Amino acid sequence: MSRYIIRRLLQAIPLLFIISVLLFVLMINTGDPLSTLGGRRVTRPEDRERLSRQLGLDQPIYKQYLFWLIGNDWTKVDMEGDGIAETPGTRKGILRGDFGTSMVQRGKAVTEIILDRLPNTLILMIPAEIIVIILSLAVGVYSALRQYTVTDHIITGLSFIGYSMPIFFIALVSMYIFGVNFKAWGLPYLPTVGMFDPKIGKTTGQVLLHMVLPIFSLTVISAAGYSRFVRSQMLEVISEDYIRTARSKGLPNRMVITGHALKNAALPLVTIIGLDIPLLLGGAVVTESIFAWPGMGRLFIDHLSRSDTPVVMGILMMISVAVILSQLITDIIYAWLDPRIRYS
Amino acid sequence: MMGTAESDVIKIQEEFKTEALTPGQLMRMRFVRHKMAVFGLVMLVVLILYSFGGALFFSEAQANFTDTKLRLSSPSAAHPFGTDTVGRDILIRTIYGGQISLLIGMAAVVVEVVLGVLIGAIAGYYGGWIDGLLMRFTEAMFNIPQLFLLLVMAKFFGGSVPDINLFGRQFSGSVIVIIVIIGLTSWMYLARIVRANFLSLKEREFVLAAHTTGTSNLSIIFQHILPNSIAPIIVSGTLSVANAILSEAYISFLGLGVKPPTATWGNMLEGAYNYVATAPWLWIFPGLLIVLTVLSINFVGDGLRDAVDPHALIDAG
Repeated sequence: MSRYIIRRLLQAIPLLFIISVLLFVLMINTGDPLSTLGGRRVTRPEDRERLSRQLGLDQPIYKQYLFWLIGNDWTKVDMEGDGIAETPGTRKGILRGDFGTSMVQRGKAVTEIILDRLPNTLILMIPAEIIVIILSLAVGVYSALRQYTVTDHIITGLSFIGYSMPIFFIALVSMYIFGVNFKAWGLPYLPTVGMFDPKIGKTTGQVLLHMVLPIFSLTVISAAGYSRFVRSQMLEVISEDYIRTARSKGLPNRMVITGHALKNAALPLVTIIGLDIPLLLGGAVVTESIFAWPGMGRLFIDHLSRSDTPVVMGILMMISVAVILSQLITDIIYAWLDPRIRYS
Repeated sequence: MMGTAESDVIKIQEEFKTEALTPGQLMRMRFVRHKMAVFGLVMLVVLILYSFGGALFFSEAQANFTDTKLRLSSPSAAHPFGTDTVGRDILIRTIYGGQISLLIGMAAVVVEVVLGVLIGAIAGYYGGWIDGLLMRFTEAMFNIPQLFLLLVMAKFFGGSVPDINLFGRQFSGSVIVIIVIIGLTSWMYLARIVRANFLSLKEREFVLAAHTTGTSNLSIIFQHILPNSIAPIIVSGTLSVANAILSEAYISFLGLGVKPPTATWGNMLEGAYNYVATAPWLWIFPGLLIVLTVLSINFVGDGLRDAVDPHALIDAG
């Protein structure tokens, strides 16, 4: 097993290398981060030249990548523009945990910017994921046990609709109903934008209230896909021989379902959840944009639109590492839960 | 006596004898039994008629005609779906937007299928280091969340393609960009399916036979093996159309998609969340059309999956 883990970790190195080169080359060419630096003022050509030298943007792309990867404290860089490299570099590079500094928020460390936003995303995504798992297990099992009944058809139809719906549509509809119309009808209504009401301040109650609609939207979309998966797994499992054996030895139905069937049907769900968890870090770009939630998704969009390579690369590499690690962890957990699986 | 009895038996036997059904007929039967798939197919035809037939009644100039005096007017007899933020008629824009959205959905899948089949076939057929290299690359692409990659690519290519004229109509160059980037970010799953299929099929006797008769590798790949793995490609391709339409909607919704005045269902929704309360017709109609289209395609894809699966029973689901 440990040999398997080591091999997988070694395989991750070229993978991350390909990902980082690909994304870095794309990002460097997305636009000019200097264009938005001066605000409304047009940056003077000499300022622009000085800035791009300070930020290292005048270097050839392979050098920019190298500095981003392993830092530049082992060499000297030219800060004055006289062609002589005199100032020792200060960057340590992402391999030594230095994600660099933001280009559009001058001097602010990328890690600091990300860590500012990460908690906001997690308090939205973790409850959503937990609700999704519980709900889809309940719905999936319920409809599998009542296969081809009216309830099953209704649930299947609804989950198909949820699965096909873009998340912004359910978000807009829920905002319209629970935010706008409830207010118009004089009912208690839910807030639609932001994390808290600035007049009241960032209290727990306020944040909880503002979480309701985003979590509702995220849940509807994901639970639809998950429950379809649980249903089909459950249907497969309850036709197995060991379920018939359990039934024929007189085990109560409830025990058969929870003790034997559910355990095996829920197993493959581990893989699906493992694939989704790293995406929670990135936040829901669309959901956060609609609900003006100050999380990672909006951070990504804001900094991408201003071509802030260090921040965007930081977010993307963090997610990529999380994807690779959680795939490995999922495989290990899966082998542990299901002794039939052996890795060599 | 015996003779008549015998002929009776033969007659009865002949009445019971049915023509053997071809795989194609069986497939059609299984598809038609799938009620939701048929419903999806009908809905899809209606939506295509709406987008392409609607163009017979309204011109594209009308779709892009702005009348700032009529900004954000609610649905009325003159504008059944209302008007948008610059006074364009939403009904006509959903017609022309539908054309572009459906076009993007299908064209992106063509790009996806070509890339996925090529990469999967080459990796599966040749194996060895080629397979290792291609699959490493596929895995790397897989590990970047699709929406993030799409947005980075949309920004990368954004604005670099000039407008194009086709069939006497002006298209924003961003349409091509969106088609290409959706294709570039979605081929990985297909490549894996095709590779797996090739891995098992290349060991079969008919491939060996083709080798011994001196058939070229290219011909074995495309004429002997590929036709045998066409079913999963069709199913996955169909479902991909729905995903491509959704992807277009997401990037356009976030403002990095197709540039106006060319309408798509996605870019009609851009900034719509500023009008949740004041102008719901801005987002309800294009949003509903996206949902209906994606739902129909998913139904058809689901029906196709059951229909092409030879293990599925005729009366299944």
